[in-house]
Amino acid sequence: MGDVAFHTATTVAEALTLVGDGSDARVVAGGSDLMVGVRSGKSPLPGTVVAIHRIAELHGLGVVAGELRIAALASHAEICADADVCSGWTALADASALVGSHATRNVGTLGGNLMNASPAMETGGPLMVLGATVTLRSAAGDRAVPIEELWTGPGRTVASPGELCTGVVVPALPAHSGSAYVRLEYRRAMEIAIVGASACVTLDESGIVTSARVALTALAPTIIRSPAAEAAILGTDGDDAALDAVAAGASADARPISDLRANEDYRRAMAGVIAKRAVAVAAQRARGESFPIPATPVFMKGSV
Amino acid sequence: MKHAVTLRVNGMDYPVELEGGTPLVRALRDHVGLMGTKEGCDDCECGACMVLVDDKPVNSCTYLALQTVGSEVTTVEGLADGDTLSALQSAFLDQGGVQCGYCTPGMLVSAHALLRRSPDPTEEEVRLALGGNLCRCTGYQKIASAVMQAAKG
Repeated sequence: MGDVAFHTATTVAEALTLVGDGSDARVVAGGSDLMVGVRSGKSPLPGTVVAIHRIAELHGLGVVAGELRIAALASHAEICADADVCSGWTALADASALVGSHATRNVGTLGGNLMNASPAMETGGPLMVLGATVTLRSAAGDRAVPIEELWTGPGRTVASPGELCTGVVVPALPAHSGSAYVRLEYRRAMEIAIVGASACVTLDESGIVTSARVALTALAPTIIRSPAAEAAILGTDGDDAALDAVAAGASADARPISDLRANEDYRRAMAGVIAKRAVAVAAQRARGESFPIPATPVFMKGSV
Repeated sequence: MKHAVTLRVNGMDYPVELEGGTPLVRALRDHVGLMGTKEGCDDCECGACMVLVDDKPVNSCTYLALQTVGSEVTTVEGLADGDTLSALQSAFLDQGGVQCGYCTPGMLVSAHALLRRSPDPTEEEVRLALGGNLCRCTGYQKIASAVMQAAKG
C-alpha cells in the first residue's frame, strides 16, 4: 500500500510536530474512517501517518466540577458504558451505543467521529443539543469551538491542518432535564443514520418545557438545529398537539438530499417522525421516567 | 517505507517488515502466515476479518498493522488449544453453524469475545454481538444456537 511513513506519537506535542502543516500527514486513531476512505479509493493515504492511539492524555472521560469531559480518544464503547453519561447526558449514550458494531465501537473514537464531519455521524447531534464545546490544539495553544461552529460542510471543519481535536466539554444540565437521540435505521448493526434527531428539554416544577434544543442528523450538509421544532415544544407540557407541531417544525427545517439510502421526500417526512420521538423520550426522561438506552431499538420493536 | 517491527499474535512474537499503510489482515495473512483471518468486504462491514486486539474485537481490514505493535492480537487460530477445539468451536460443528465457512473465523472471534465478557448471554445478546458479522449463506439461526450451546457448556 504505497510508500507510507508511520509514526506512533505518545504525546500531543509530538503528534503536532509530526503532523507539521498537515499537507502530507494525517492522524489515525481507530482507522475506521481513515482506512475505509483509503480502501474505497476516496482518499489515499498521505505520505505520513501519525498514530495517536497511544497518547495517554487523549484517553478517558469523567465528570469534573459538574461538567462532562471526554478526551478525544474515548471510544464509543467506553462512552455508552459510562454511568455518568447514561444518567446525565443520555442522548450521547443513545448515540454511541448505535455506532457500527462492537468492533466499530471498540476502535471508533469521539474525536474521530466529530472531526470526520459526516452529516450522518451519531454523536454530533447529541453533543449539539447538550451544548458541547470542542477543544482544538495547535502549536499556538488551545482554542474552544462551540460545536455548532465546528462543521462547515460534509467532511469539513473549521480546524486548520495543524490542529488536533483533544476533547469535548459538555456542561451540566439543569434539574428536570432529559435528552435523547433517535435514529431511523434499516438494520440494527453497521448502519448509517437515514435520518436522526436529538433533543434536550428542561421542565419546570409543573412539567412545562422551559428550554428545548432539537438537532437534525443526515438532514442537511451538516448537523443543524431545528428552531421551528424547538419553538413548537417550548412552553407546552409535551402533549400530543405539541409533539405534532415538533414534527411539522423539524420537517420544515430539514434540508435533505436524495441518495442511495433514502430520497429527499422520504427523509423530510421521517425528519418529523424521528424528531417527535426524540423530543418525547427526552421529555419522558426529564420527568424522571426511565427509557432504555439506546432509545432506537425500542422503537424498532414498536413499543412507542 | 518498510518498518521492521514485532507483532505479537496468539502469544507468539513475529518479526516482520511492513509498509506504513498495511492493514492488519494483510500483515496476518501475508507476513505472519496465518490464513484463518479472512478478507471479505474489505470495507469494515462484514466482519470476516475479525480479530481481537487486546481482547477486543476489531475489523482487521481497516486497522493498521503497525498500530498493534505493543498489543496482543488473537486470531481464530488462537482459540483452539493445539488440536483441541474450544467449546465454542465444537458447538459450531455440533449445531452445523458452518455452511461455506468463509464468515466462520470472524463469527468465532466475535462470539469468543462475547462469552468472555458475558458468559451467560441471552440469544438477543448473541445476535447483537454478531451484528458486525455477515453470513451470506444466511445460516444465522444455527450460528446463534452454537453460541448458546457453548455458553451453556
